[in-house]
Amino acid sequence: MKPQLPDGFVAIVKRECATCVMVDPLFAHIAASGASLTVYTQDDPTFPTSVAALHDADLSVSWHYDIETVPTLLRIENGVEVDRTFGWSKDAWQKFTGIADLGADLPVMRPGCGSLSVDPNLEDELRVRFTSSTLHSRHVELASAEDEFESMFIRGWTDGLPVIPPTPERVLRMLTGTTRNPQDVVAIAPPNLVQLTVEKIAINAVMAGALPEYLPWIITALEAVCNDEFNMHGVLATTMPVGPVIICNGPGTKAIGMNSGVNVFGQGNRANLTIGRAVQLTIRNVGGGKPGEVDRATHGNPGKLSFCFAEDEAGSPFGTLAEERGIAPQQNAVTVFAGEGPRCVVDQAARTPEQLTNSFAVCLRATHHPKSVLSFDAILVVSPDHSRVFAEAGWGRERLLSELHARLQIPGAELVRGALDIAEGLPPKFADRIVPKFKAGGILLAHAGGGAGLFSSVIGGWANGAMGSTPVTRPVLS
Amino acid sequence: MSASIILDPTNESRPAQREQLARPASVKGLTVGLLDIVKARGDIYLNRLEELFVAEGAKVLRFRKPTFTKPAPPDLRHEISIQCNVVIEALAD
Repeated sequence: MKPQLPDGFVAIVKRECATCVMVDPLFAHIAASGASLTVYTQDDPTFPTSVAALHDADLSVSWHYDIETVPTLLRIENGVEVDRTFGWSKDAWQKFTGIADLGADLPVMRPGCGSLSVDPNLEDELRVRFTSSTLHSRHVELASAEDEFESMFIRGWTDGLPVIPPTPERVLRMLTGTTRNPQDVVAIAPPNLVQLTVEKIAINAVMAGALPEYLPWIITALEAVCNDEFNMHGVLATTMPVGPVIICNGPGTKAIGMNSGVNVFGQGNRANLTIGRAVQLTIRNVGGGKPGEVDRATHGNPGKLSFCFAEDEAGSPFGTLAEERGIAPQQNAVTVFAGEGPRCVVDQAARTPEQLTNSFAVCLRATHHPKSVLSFDAILVVSPDHSRVFAEAGWGRERLLSELHARLQIPGAELVRGALDIAEGLPPKFADRIVPKFKAGGILLAHAGGGAGLFSSVIGGWANGAMGSTPVTRPVLS
Repeated sequence: MSASIILDPTNESRPAQREQLARPASVKGLTVGLLDIVKARGDIYLNRLEELFVAEGAKVLRFRKPTFTKPAPPDLRHEISIQCNVVIEALAD
């Protein structure tokens, strides 16, 4: 609980700070002026020497009043802080106290020192001391001889890789990444339909190896998958090899160090990998979605550990995926798509946009099965080397997509059951029709990948629309 | 660092344990609900089951989920529970 401070002036100091030592005599001067003065010392209870001090031994006053620098001088009226000054500025202290000759013989200015309450070595401990009551999760006590990493495997809390033990210190540090209350319910998590709190997400984010600044992205991605539209329940339960593919947009992707370039779908980037992993760990641990239980995938895919990447916005001739989906420019956003692993599209010869579009079209046609139509969406991730061909020809997103759809109108004779000596297919009545491979809007376009390589990528989707999953885009809020 | 206290990452709820009902010795006179989850050809399977149950003297009621990819809506589950003595859910392809 925040300690109540007495009215009048309140100073917070520590002996270790040379500026505090320098202003020590001034406290007697202030007290002698008739003003009410209370001094808290952080380290040495015998300091300052000019007046008696209270010892902020547990740093409760310093923590709760957000003291970053000592000395700090507060003015309290009716129990409420109305003003503060920190460090030493002769002018500021004289005005603050109304004592015109206060410290007249001292230098004009001296910076203060860091408050013990923001000492990096103490901060985690203090956060636990003063804010752990905001956490409601059960404490699991491990035996001293127990290996904490093994114990998490044994409890069934991992995705098959080691996880970071979610100590209260780490979870509280993770929660500094959001302004949301730990007990806020973000969503109802499938498959067990349980309330998903910010606290539970933070615990799983710690386990995934995420940093606090990733937390808003993780929360948003979970909001985006846990709803009827995205249908995370079905994405889990299906025998198909899909999981949530998370595409991040906005300046925040750079700020948190996400990868949109070389090896964009691969290993090596903490933000990409741990954001996606935290989402899946949360679904596993909070929602209860585990392989072999509700998750019935025949093969699954390695991206079900984590499949998350940032779009290369600066180099894109297509605008951004988020803006295409209604998000304001420069707004951080997450798009989720129920997708399988990426498949490479190789075309090292095309020099015109038409030739390259032809290649994209035939590869997109093979999504799940060349005779499958309208049931599945796909993401086409165009690389910088390929997008240059479109940029130079003046093709943007709309042109490329309309040219792709035009090339993916398929004669029914190729699609009906038995055609190509393949049993899979449409009923015979479609033989004389033209059927589009994708529904309108069924191809999502993204731009990412390393600067060298005439390759793009197709990520096939899952049953689309109301019967399956619809991609969801949400703004990322702090 | 030895972590002596960690926070439970799960939802901490325990699933309600319910006793399974005894299997009826006969379906004669019982109402059997057949729930089609609308997977392809599930109806063929259920049609055959309906014939067999009717021949055994059961009354058969048919139900359908809106899509196999999502849990049955609560109203549908309630409807089945008040109208039927037993239920069979068809998973097919």
